[in-house]
Amino acid sequence: MIWNSASDFFAMGGYGLYVWGSFGICAVAFLAEPLLIRMRHREIVRTLRRQAAAEKLELENK
Amino acid sequence: MSNRLINWFRFSSPHNFYPLAGKMIPVFWMLTALFGVAGLWMGFFVAPTDAQQGEGYRIIFIHVPASWMSMVIYMAMAAWAAVGLSLNARLSSMMAQALAPTGALMAFLSLWTGAFWGKPMWGTWWVWDARITSELILFFLYLGFMALQASIDDPRRADKAGAVLALVGAVNVPIIYYSVVWWNTLHQGSSINLTKSSMAVTMMWGMLLMALCLWMYSIAVALTRVRAIILEREAHTDWVKQLKEIKA
Repeated sequence: MIWNSASDFFAMGGYGLYVWGSFGICAVAFLAEPLLIRMRHREIVRTLRRQAAAEKLELENK
Repeated sequence: MSNRLINWFRFSSPHNFYPLAGKMIPVFWMLTALFGVAGLWMGFFVAPTDAQQGEGYRIIFIHVPASWMSMVIYMAMAAWAAVGLSLNARLSSMMAQALAPTGALMAFLSLWTGAFWGKPMWGTWWVWDARITSELILFFLYLGFMALQASIDDPRRADKAGAVLALVGAVNVPIIYYSVVWWNTLHQGSSINLTKSSMAVTMMWGMLLMALCLWMYSIAVALTRVRAIILEREAHTDWVKQLKEIKA
């Protein structure tokens, strides 16, 4: 094993700021991107549903 | 025609591709997780400390894969854009559009992790060297492609304009790739090549596994995004109105 303890691991031999600054931003980005897309998908589905409901209502009232 | 053959052209219509993409996405997420866990394990617990850079070199396990993906995605985006332009295939143009933000993200992460690696090793966050500058241009090409598409109201015309920009910009990718050979750069040369590799085997595996992880991630995300784009752009069609998530 390379690391003697957890704090040893997080210190990254003095490069902690740089290593975790790199991996951290990537982790945030790779979590945020799919979430944003899922919101975009949900938004368009909601709009389309509202349209479909409006059209249906229009037909019924004719 | 034999009905045992799969007609691949069937999937070139958004109508058929939308449900297919929906089925493929979970598979690519699983592969992303698998390669990600394996790659991080290799990178942080198996690969040895570097003789010159200590533990700081471990940034390589995300920096190199992100940089590779920024170039691979650009080529894929330009290829889809070219198909969309020449065959007038709207799903191809949607694929190009779906890849752009992920490519831009990869280019950004490549620059960001590069800065966080350059600071401790070279003593500077940024230097205008050929490799770094051409990668920055790649990032701007992605942003330009997205801005151009967003600024044109008619989607088919936006596809065409975007495709031309993507194709012209493709010349930048080989420039990035060979920049360390053509110019005297502060950025180091490639760590991996076919004849001799300057890295320990476990380091190389960590890097390759992380690259596979980002590759699978990019496919999963692009497929998810293209599904949203399909719905947005095909909103007026009957098949969209007949989808069970919309009809309900």
